[in-house]
Amino acid sequence: MKELLRGAILILAVSIILLLINNHLSEGSNKTGKNILTVYNWGEYIDPALLKQFEKETGIKVIYETFDSNEGMMGKIEQGGTSYDITMPSEYMVEMMAEKDLLLPIDYSQIPNIKQIDPYFLDLPFDPGNKYSIPYFWGTVGIAYNPDLLDGQTFESWDNLWDPSLTQQVILVDSARETIGMGLNSLHYSLNSTNMKELREATSKLKQLSPNVKAVIGDEVTQLMVNNEAAVALTWSGQAADMMSENESIDYVVPEEGSNLWFDNFVIPRTAKNIEGAHAFINFMLDPEVAAQNADYVGYSTPNLTALDYMDPEVVADERFYPDEQTRSHLEVYKNLGLKMLGVYNELFLEFKMDMK
Amino acid sequence: MHDSNRMELWKMNKGLQRIYMLPYALWIVLFVVAPIALILYYSFFDITGHFTFENYKSFFSSTYLTLTVSSFWYALLITFFALLVSYPTAYLLTKTKHKQLWLLLIIIPSWINLLLKTYAFIGLMGLYGPLNAFLETIGIGKQQILFTDVSFVFVSVYIFIPFMILPIFNALDKLNPALIDASRDLGASSWTTFRRVIWPLTLNGVKSGVQVVFIPALSLFMITRLIAGNKVITLGTAIEQQFLVTQNWGMGSTIAVFLILFMFVVMVITGGSDKGASVHEKNK
Amino acid sequence: MKRINNLQKLYLIAVFIVLYAPIFYLIFYSFNSGGGMSHFESFTWEHYAAVFEDKRLIVIVLNTVIIALLSALLSTAIGVLGAMAIHFMRNKRTRNAVLSLNNILIVSPDVIIGASFLILFTMIGVKLGFASVLISHIAFSIPIVVIMVLPKLQEMSSTLIDAALDLGASRRDVVTRVILPFIQPGIFAGFFLALTYSLDDFAVTFFVTGNGFSTLSVEIYSMARAGITLTINALSGLIFVITVVLVLGYYAISNRTKMPLTGVKK
Repeated sequence: MKELLRGAILILAVSIILLLINNHLSEGSNKTGKNILTVYNWGEYIDPALLKQFEKETGIKVIYETFDSNEGMMGKIEQGGTSYDITMPSEYMVEMMAEKDLLLPIDYSQIPNIKQIDPYFLDLPFDPGNKYSIPYFWGTVGIAYNPDLLDGQTFESWDNLWDPSLTQQVILVDSARETIGMGLNSLHYSLNSTNMKELREATSKLKQLSPNVKAVIGDEVTQLMVNNEAAVALTWSGQAADMMSENESIDYVVPEEGSNLWFDNFVIPRTAKNIEGAHAFINFMLDPEVAAQNADYVGYSTPNLTALDYMDPEVVADERFYPDEQTRSHLEVYKNLGLKMLGVYNELFLEFKMDMK
Repeated sequence: MHDSNRMELWKMNKGLQRIYMLPYALWIVLFVVAPIALILYYSFFDITGHFTFENYKSFFSSTYLTLTVSSFWYALLITFFALLVSYPTAYLLTKTKHKQLWLLLIIIPSWINLLLKTYAFIGLMGLYGPLNAFLETIGIGKQQILFTDVSFVFVSVYIFIPFMILPIFNALDKLNPALIDASRDLGASSWTTFRRVIWPLTLNGVKSGVQVVFIPALSLFMITRLIAGNKVITLGTAIEQQFLVTQNWGMGSTIAVFLILFMFVVMVITGGSDKGASVHEKNK
Repeated sequence: MKRINNLQKLYLIAVFIVLYAPIFYLIFYSFNSGGGMSHFESFTWEHYAAVFEDKRLIVIVLNTVIIALLSALLSTAIGVLGAMAIHFMRNKRTRNAVLSLNNILIVSPDVIIGASFLILFTMIGVKLGFASVLISHIAFSIPIVVIMVLPKLQEMSSTLIDAALDLGASRRDVVTRVILPFIQPGIFAGFFLALTYSLDDFAVTFFVTGNGFSTLSVEIYSMARAGITLTINALSGLIFVITVVLVLGYYAISNRTKMPLTGVKK
């Protein structure tokens, strides 16, 4: 009994000491009235030096919190109890959140830097007139591959993935829209198809891919490709860029049949407390020099046209990540197909996953 | 325990006992009963928010039945191998000099983040990882280890081993050596001693271990993707998908209701006979 | 008692090698000057330096440790009381029913626990942050404590309590002098596994946190999309080394007086 009590007291004492240290560490910066801005972003998706610079320039203290999925983020904002001022959902999630009335309209008089954004990326169907969102990064879906492991084989078309020589080589991404979408694209159907016949056809075509599928995974694909563990992967351009920065043999292609064009976007959720600060933050992040530095740190493609002038010309000229008009015209942005249709996509995807062995 | 004494103990502290039990009772009401009520409630709504029994009907489709069978099968495999590895480990640990220290060293790895360890396993088991290098040197040659059921069961067992070892260790540690010596003196073989003396006396520990391995193993998810590449899919994976991707909380809740029902069945099988308290009575 | 032979030693060594292999793999690459966990380029301390420069990360680590220690402590206390309550229940049916209720949080996937706790907290009006995370961690750790303590209670020879009661010991004495010392190994097991539960949890914490409060798991999972940096490897290496040193130190100190975990003098 004595021993138990002593242990309990010891643990309590240690916890209290740690609490005090912690308070001391986050002291001075924290809780100075309304001059706080809570940013809710994907992990490692911003250059932390820029947060410091923003704090210095504006005197606003930034609290940075992270999430790992669009849906998880929305769940938290919908339920409330938090005070996120800025978050960065993907385009389909912007539409969903707007539908659920979870977003505040953006006041463009406070964001003069909007003119830096490439008009090509503005006024898209998921947010007409950019009422609620401004693009942060963008990219494509395509095939990352390592020719060294494939006797120099290259890829131009989705159909190349079905090549019998690729047995147990292909990594797919554990996401219904991307994988079913690839099936649809390979049949020259729209990524946003709601036609059951087309969807079934795409699923049965995917099932024929099963012998080639090594695994259906998530973000771990980067590590596998870098380690030469896998030769071919269906992936997002941002991740392909990560892979290529660590393994020079890897190449990336957007297949000719077409593919997806995605965006992560700044939005101001309903939970925002510091709306003025949120606008200031967006405007700051759209500053060409800041955007260039951030794109350099994160490694994804920036929609900021002026920022391109401040970046490494070699990066900007890379057609794989800044594709030309011709490729862009084959790209489709996801539409919000509604929860029912999303359910159908996921049922079909589950069916495909259970079918593979 | 003498029933009379137990009753006495129960009676004489009824008032105080209520106070002591209060936190636990409160916990059950707030964090067990309330969430269950919520889950049950959600399970009767479809994706558009209308009342329905459809979710329960869908659960009996071939998809979810297959998932159920495969979840049970893998949970069984995981529990079996975890027990197979842990029992001897726990037994040998009780015989080491600094057994408490060694036991702590068994737990410490579980305090390092699981996602990181899983990434490490991806590296270790990879084609160019140390494990395959080893297989190559001993002449077996390179194997595709990742994304198979073998790697899945292996990593799951890895995760659960401390949970199995601890209760078994505690049961073995207090085993009266005199009992074993007596059994030996009476001419029993090691196996008979184990089967007739040691095993029954450690059964409670084993049951605890089985419960804390089998039950959560039913709803494993993350590593089904990271280590098995979705070649193994369990009910846990399905629930995660329904909640986080499809946002069909109704269907996700329905699967959870069934998981809880399955857990009740497991409890009846492993603990229902009330053997726990009676082992000693039998030995008296 | 016989000491273990070489073959048995080999078995134990093999178990420990497997248990520690991933951790040493992580630590090995924390010294890699290259970007990731492959192709060891050259030795560097830079990732360790990065840990100490990142004040936010250190705050998060301390948060994680505080939550783990406090939640394990409190859930152990509540769990032990709960286990005793369950054990001394006369009605077998009620006992089994309560035990089944106890295990529900173990079988429920984290997303469900997280989502329902979030709904619960916002309904009651608990501010999301330190308190909500702590309460949640206590909540999902209680069942494991109960399961660890119960078998020790069941093993307890009833003659022990009978004797104590016959000798006129008060209820309090029975609990503090007979029951608690006997179930102490179970209590410690529960405490340590509660620590494991707390340190490992991502999904529940993700849902119930807010207002700038974050734990290491949430941070690490959120990094997955853009890539986990070797800073995290270095951090894990540090945590691991500190933990081992603390455990060894604690063991050395307490071993001079008595057995540290069992507490019962032999």
